[in-house]
Formats: sequence, C-alpha cells, structure tokens
Amino acid sequence: MLDVKNLKVRVEDKEILRGITLSVKAGEVHAIMGPNGSGKSTFARALAGHPGYEVTEGSVTYKGQDLLEMDPDERAREGVFMAFQYPVEIPGVNNAYFLKAALNAKRKHQGLEELDAMDFMALVKEKAKILDIDEKMLLRSVNEGFSGGEKKRNEIFHMAVLEPALAVLDETDSGLDIDALRIVSQGVNAMRSPDRAFIVVTHYQRLLNYIVPDYVHVLSDGCLVRSGGRELALELEEKGYGWLEAAPRLGSGQAVVGARK
Amino acid sequence: MSTATKQIEELANTEYKYGFATDVEQDIIPVGLDEDVVRLISSKKGEPQWLLDWRLKAFRAWLKMTEPHWQNVTYAPIDYQGVSYYAAPSEKKKLNSLDEVDPEIRATFNKLGIPIEEQKLLSNVAVDAVFDSVSVATTFRSKLAELGIIFCSFSEAVKDHPDLVKEYLGSVVPHTDNYFAALNSAVFSDGSFVYIPKGTRCPMELSTYFRINAKNTGQFERTLIIADEGAYVSYLEGCTAPMRDENQLHAAVVELIAHKDATIKYSTVQNWYPGDKNGKGGIYNFVTKRGICKGDRSKITWTQVETGSAVTWKYPSCILQGDDSVGEFYSVAVTNNFQQADTGTKMIHLGKNTRSTIVSKGISAGKGQNTYRGAVKIGKKAANARNYSQCDSLLIGDRCGAHTFPYLEIKNTTAKVEHEASTSKIGEDQMFYCESRGITKEDAINMIVSGFCKDVFRELPMEFAVEAQKLLGISLEGSVG
Repeated sequence: MLDVKNLKVRVEDKEILRGITLSVKAGEVHAIMGPNGSGKSTFARALAGHPGYEVTEGSVTYKGQDLLEMDPDERAREGVFMAFQYPVEIPGVNNAYFLKAALNAKRKHQGLEELDAMDFMALVKEKAKILDIDEKMLLRSVNEGFSGGEKKRNEIFHMAVLEPALAVLDETDSGLDIDALRIVSQGVNAMRSPDRAFIVVTHYQRLLNYIVPDYVHVLSDGCLVRSGGRELALELEEKGYGWLEAAPRLGSGQAVVGARK
Repeated sequence: MSTATKQIEELANTEYKYGFATDVEQDIIPVGLDEDVVRLISSKKGEPQWLLDWRLKAFRAWLKMTEPHWQNVTYAPIDYQGVSYYAAPSEKKKLNSLDEVDPEIRATFNKLGIPIEEQKLLSNVAVDAVFDSVSVATTFRSKLAELGIIFCSFSEAVKDHPDLVKEYLGSVVPHTDNYFAALNSAVFSDGSFVYIPKGTRCPMELSTYFRINAKNTGQFERTLIIADEGAYVSYLEGCTAPMRDENQLHAAVVELIAHKDATIKYSTVQNWYPGDKNGKGGIYNFVTKRGICKGDRSKITWTQVETGSAVTWKYPSCILQGDDSVGEFYSVAVTNNFQQADTGTKMIHLGKNTRSTIVSKGISAGKGQNTYRGAVKIGKKAANARNYSQCDSLLIGDRCGAHTFPYLEIKNTTAKVEHEASTSKIGEDQMFYCESRGITKEDAINMIVSGFCKDVFRELPMEFAVEAQKLLGISLEGSVG
C-alpha cells in the first residue's frame, strides 16, 4: 500500500529525515518509535503533506500513485488520514458540520453520493457510541475548549467516520490517561482490517500493549536504526533508546523488513 | 510570505460579479452643486415648499461644515462639484404596474436576483428597488396596505403621507448632524419609507435594493422606518454597483423610530463595487444610520454584512430613550485588496434598565484595513444600564490590518459595561488541519471565516444568511494565508 524510499525531509533548512525506507502492506500495523527529536512526527507530517515539511529526496508511492505529487486534501480524499499530535481548534465550526464536509468531499471524490444530514447523523451517532463520545461533542466547535484527551479522542472519531485506507497516528497516546488510552485503542483495534494499514507513531511502548503492532521501527536522528517485531518495543522499554544509539545504522536504500511477530 | 499565505491571498481575489452597467436612457442633471441644483431636484420631484425649505436649510448648513477626517481611512479628495446629484431612468409617465417598468431595468434586477416581479409571491419578501436615484418598483404594496402598513418610495410618501414624513424626517438624524448627513438632506433623491401601525406585525420581510448605475453620479437615498406601538418589522437592504474606474459617492441616511413595545430589525448586505485589485475605482460608502428606541421596551437590531465599497464609513447607532429598551448591533465587515472600512456603532443609554449588545467581526485580507470604532454612552438617568461588546478581528495574510477603538462614557455608577476583543489569524495550522481531512483550501477558508462570523449570521433572516455566506466566500476568494 505504501512504499517509502530514501525519504529525506527538511524543515526550515534543517534536514530532519535523512533517508527513510519503509514498506507497509494493507492489513499491517507499523509502529514508529524513537527518542524525542528523532523525526517521528516529521515522518507523519510529511506523509500527510504538511506545507512546512519539504521533501528533498526520495519517493513515496501510495496505492501505486506518487503521494508527494498530491496536495494534502487530495491525499486525504485518496484515503490517507493523519491523527494530529496537536489537533487544531476551529472556532464557530461545529464538529459534525466539519466532519460532514470532510466525508462528503471524500465520497464525492470516490464517485459516491453525498450523505444528507439525516444519514450522516445516523452514521456519526453509531461511530460516537463505539468511541464513547458524548453527542454534545458533535455540536461543539471543532476542538474548541476540548481537553487534551477529548481532542485525541475526537481525532480517532474523525478517523472512524472517514474510514481511511492508511491511518497515521501521530503520538495519539500522549496526554491520555489510562481510560482514554483504552478507549482510543479499542477504537483503533475495531478498525483494523485486511484492507487498512496503520502507522502508529509513539514515544512509549505503553500504547503498543493495546494496539499490538506487526512491526516496530526505531528512528534515531532521522534514520531508521532498527526494525523488528513486537518484541523490539518491549526490549526498548527495558533498555531505553540509549542502547540503540551505539548500534549500527541501517543504510538508506536498504529494504527494512522486520521479523513476523 | 509563505506559500500557504500566497495561496490564501490568491483564493481571496475573486471578481466582482455585479459589475455590469445597464443601458437605459437617463435623465441626468449636469454635475455640480449649488442652491439651484437643490431647487431643481426638489422641483423634479414635485415637492412641497416645506421640504424644499428643509433641503435648503441643510444645504446652507453643509456649506459651513468641513469634511471629517478623523476616520482611520485615506482616500483621494472628493470633488463635490464633479458629481451629478440626480440621475433617473428617463421614464416620465407614472407606472401603473410592474409590467411597465423599463425591461432593461427589470433585466438588471433579475440579473441581480432581486425579486421585483409580483409573481415571485413565494419569496415572501416585499421589495422596493431603487435604480440610481429613483425607486422603480415596490412589490406587495396592496397586500401590505390591507394591514395598514405603508411601504413605498420616499417620494411617494412625501406625496401621500406628508404628515408622517414631516413629523419624523430628521428627527433622529438632524440635517446638521454631520457633513454627509447634511449633504444627503440637501440633495437626497429617493429611498424607502415604512410605517407599521400600532400592534401590527409585518408578515413579510421588507426589502430595498439599491443600485447605482449611471456614471459620475452619487447616490443619496433616505430611508425612514417607523414602528408604532407594539409593531414589528424586519427590513433588509442590499446594494450593488457597476465596475467603474472612478470612485462614486454614496451618502445615505437611515432613520428608525421604534415606539413603545415596538421592534425593528434592520439588516444590510452591502456589496457596492469595492474597486479593482489595484485599488482603482469603487464606491465611497459614507452613511449615517441611527435608530431611536423612543418608547419603553422597544428594540432595535442592526445587522450588517459589509463586503463591498472601496471606503466604508458608517456607525449604525441606537438611542435607548425608553426604559427597558434594547439596542443590538451585529456586524461583519470584510476588507480585501485595498478596501478600507471604519465601522462600528454608538449605543446611547438614556432610559433605565436599557441594554445593548455589540458583536463586531472584522475580516481583513490582501491589503485591507479594517477598523472597529464604537461608543457606549451611559447617561446620568440610565440606572442599571448594561452593555456587552465583543470585537473580534480575523487577519488573512500578513499585509492587512485590524484596529479597534472602543470609547466609553459612563455617567451612572449602576452601569455594567463589558468589552472583549480578540485578534486572530487564519493560520497555516488551521488550513492544514482542514485539508488533512480532505477539505479543499477554498472550502476551508469559507468554513473558518463562516465560523468566525457565526454569531452575526444567525441574526440575519434565513435567505439573507445564505446569501451573506456566499458573498463572503466570493469577497475573500483568492485571499487566504
């Protein structure tokens, strides 16, 4: 589904990603871990097409198309979704209205009929139930006045409604208490399917107790330094990231295929 | 400027789609202004002596006044002698029905989507259409007359209801009020007149549509709305003009009078030609609007969506004279390219327990400059007066400006006055967030701006709210960053 080859990304003249190669197939869950400043979030944002993140080299192929050629909104309509680390507030725009516009933009792109308000509300209420989202949250302005936990849950809720083919979760676990973490993880797990892939960016292994990944990759200083199965995350928890700093890097261009779990 | 800013700017730059001119024969008087011109206008309209005298008084007062320049706007000097003060479609005979309106003019209003045809009964909006200086058609008049409601052009009101006009004309905005009001009082050509009798709720929206067509003319209309005891009326005003290279002056006066227990809602969607991308041409919109809540428990609400004009200078105000009377002002003002707006309100609390609310949303894009200027005055006798003001500014791009000047004058210690203000930018983050959900840039801007204006839009009548929202999208196309 996604083929990333030697991806180099710059933010304001500073090279953050220095050649990432990664292949994600439908149905897989990949975790990207790494210490602060290693480039995890940069990777997520580059995939979503954030204008502040300039790709200087490499390629990203998504479902056979050149992802880097697409504008962020096109990527989204093609089924790429990023759950934000810091979801943005949009005052005065109600959450349900926002989501309806987003969903219908996607449906239109897919040649499907746009949902009317009735059908949309029915769909949304069903999804809200799964994520234990208070219906009042639908009527509030997008993220405005939401607590940190509510914002993250709202991101997963958007994902549930938009049903992406590739979901990138950017540190969705940060700022969540255990209960919220469980609810969010349940939401993600409920969406796991053979034709959907996830890239879960996280600093902590904690999230991976709930969302069990097929592969774990470790980013350090803009390069993938280690890939493995789920046990790699546990090892990291035990030994910390320092342990990997000394390890030899995986060269760019080298295919990274972790062991099956 | 970042790429996102550039893109936003591009989006905000859409063409003015009402910029066509209509080819009709015009009865237009030569440019210039002196007493003879005032007399000529008055005689062309067949006015009574008292009205001519009033005009002349205003004209003489105007001669002694100087153009105000305290506003936060700059524009080339206006040559008052280079303007024609009267232009009318040259149809002389009295119209008996709408079918007799010049087809060119009807076509113009149709093009603008203005329902001046009686057939459009379903729209449930009675319309008075003013083309250049003259009212060309008023719909639904007979239906309204059954209820005793008078809705007609100002000229007709002078003929048919002189006592009402005489009693109220200049009672809220005196002929000496300010430079532009004095000019208007001297040369006003037409406008709309509304009277709602005691205890009557006007069953439909009343609407006036103003169109400046002729070259080198100014439009000076006057609107007078009187709601007698317990009456209710909702009135809408819309305006457009052709695209012309030279600036045109529009100096209107609106007076509202609400008696005991009466309510007047006055909504404006102002879309005069704003000038081109380089700031050439456009309307100077210098308007005086004021209402008086004369009786106890009366209420006046001004709602305005100001997207047009090169320069806008207006402060729809309320004098809260009756006890427990209420004044409200809801405003969205958009300035794009080189547009400038200095707008706001005055709430003058005189009666006891009077309340006022001010919600102002200024949106600046391109090199637009947007100023909110508002005054809240609480008089000595206005015990327990309340005011709440909220002024928010939204900046699109980084070459525009927003300014806020609130003035307070409180002479009664029981008053409670609150003021909140904020300035925000449509950030790259907001844009990217919307886009990352599949929403296009244009839709994202519209959505963010509409969200920003929500508090005002919900005060507009339904059809207008939809139109205003569309207009906002058009005004800002090509502007976001």
